[in-house]
Amino acid sequence: MTVLDILTYPDVRLKRESLPVETFDTALRTFVAELEATRLAGPGAVGIAAPQVGRPQRIVIVDVSQMKRPVPNHGHLVLVNPEITAWDGYAVGREGCLSVPDYTGNVIRAERIQLVACDPYGQRLEFAMDGFEARAVQHELDHLDGLLFLDRLVSRRNDLFRRKTYR
Amino acid sequence: MNWFMLTVVGEDRPGIVAQLTAALYQGGCNLGEAAMARLGGNFSVMLMVQHTGTLERLLALVDPVAQELGLHVHGDRIEGHLHRHLIPDVRVTVYGADRSGIVAQVTGALAAVGCNILDLQSDVGGSEARPMYVMTLEGQTGNGIEALEAALAPLGRDDIEIEVQPIETLIG
Repeated sequence: MTVLDILTYPDVRLKRESLPVETFDTALRTFVAELEATRLAGPGAVGIAAPQVGRPQRIVIVDVSQMKRPVPNHGHLVLVNPEITAWDGYAVGREGCLSVPDYTGNVIRAERIQLVACDPYGQRLEFAMDGFEARAVQHELDHLDGLLFLDRLVSRRNDLFRRKTYR
Repeated sequence: MNWFMLTVVGEDRPGIVAQLTAALYQGGCNLGEAAMARLGGNFSVMLMVQHTGTLERLLALVDPVAQELGLHVHGDRIEGHLHRHLIPDVRVTVYGADRSGIVAQVTGALAAVGCNILDLQSDVGGSEARPMYVMTLEGQTGNGIEALEAALAPLGRDDIEIEVQPIETLIG
C-alpha cells in the first residue's frame, strides 16, 4: 500500500480549510487505505487527517485502541465529514503532530464531545467520546479547518489554573 | 559558530527583551532556545546565543543595553544543541501554606525514584500574612508513575497537597 508524503509546517497547505466529501466511491476508500498506511508508517500516531498528505478533504482517521495505558475508545475510526455537535469540560494535555516534528506542547481541549460523521460508504455515525479519544478527534478535526496544535498552545504557567485530570 | 548561554537579571521594566535581542541581532547573533521569567518583580532571562566571536565580544555587544537598563549579564560558552527535546510523562502539582523545604522535599523524593525534572515553575500567592506556595513540574518518571506516587505520598499527608497526573502525549 502506498505511503504518502506528510506535509510539515510551514507548508501553507496545512493552513487551508478542507472541503466536504461528496462522493463515497472506491477512489475515496483507496485513499483512506493509503492514509491509514501513512499513519502506521509514522512514529505511533493515533490519528491522521487528509490535509496532512496534501488532500484538502474532510477525512480523518483516529485509533486510540492501542495505547500502552488503555483508554476508553471506539476502536479504529474512519470519519468522513465529521462534525462536533457538543463540547463539555476542558483539560490540558500534551500534543505533538506528524506535521510539526520535534516539538510537543500543552493544549486545552474539551474533555467530552459528541460527534457525527459518515463512514467511507456514506453511512451516518454518531459517537459520545471523552478523554484521550475526544482529544485525538479534536486534534484531527482542527487539521480540516487549517489549524495546528501550535494555534492552541497554552502557557505552562496557565496549566495549574485550568487543570482537570483527563483520562 | 559558537554557542553561549547568556543569563541576564535585573529590575523589571518594559523593553528589556526587545533591546537585548536587538543588540544581539545587530551584532550578527542567532538565538536558540530562551526562557524568561519575572520572579518577585525581578526580570530574568536565559538565552542560547549563536555567535562567531569570543565570549568577551558577545558580552561587549550587550554591555551598552546592560548599562542603560541596569542589568547584570553573565555568559558561558556551552555545547549548543537544538532538537534535544525530552517529552515528559508526568506532571506534578504541589500547593500548600508557604514554608521552607517544600521544593527540597518534593524534588528529593522525585530524585530518589529516578525522576528527571524537565520543567519547574513555582510562585508564592495568597496574602502577605498567609502566603501560599504553588509549584508545577513536568518530568520523566524513570521508574514508573506508581513508584513516583509512592515516594510523594508521605509528603502529601502533611501540610501540602500533591497531585500526580500522567502525561500521555498525543501524536496526530
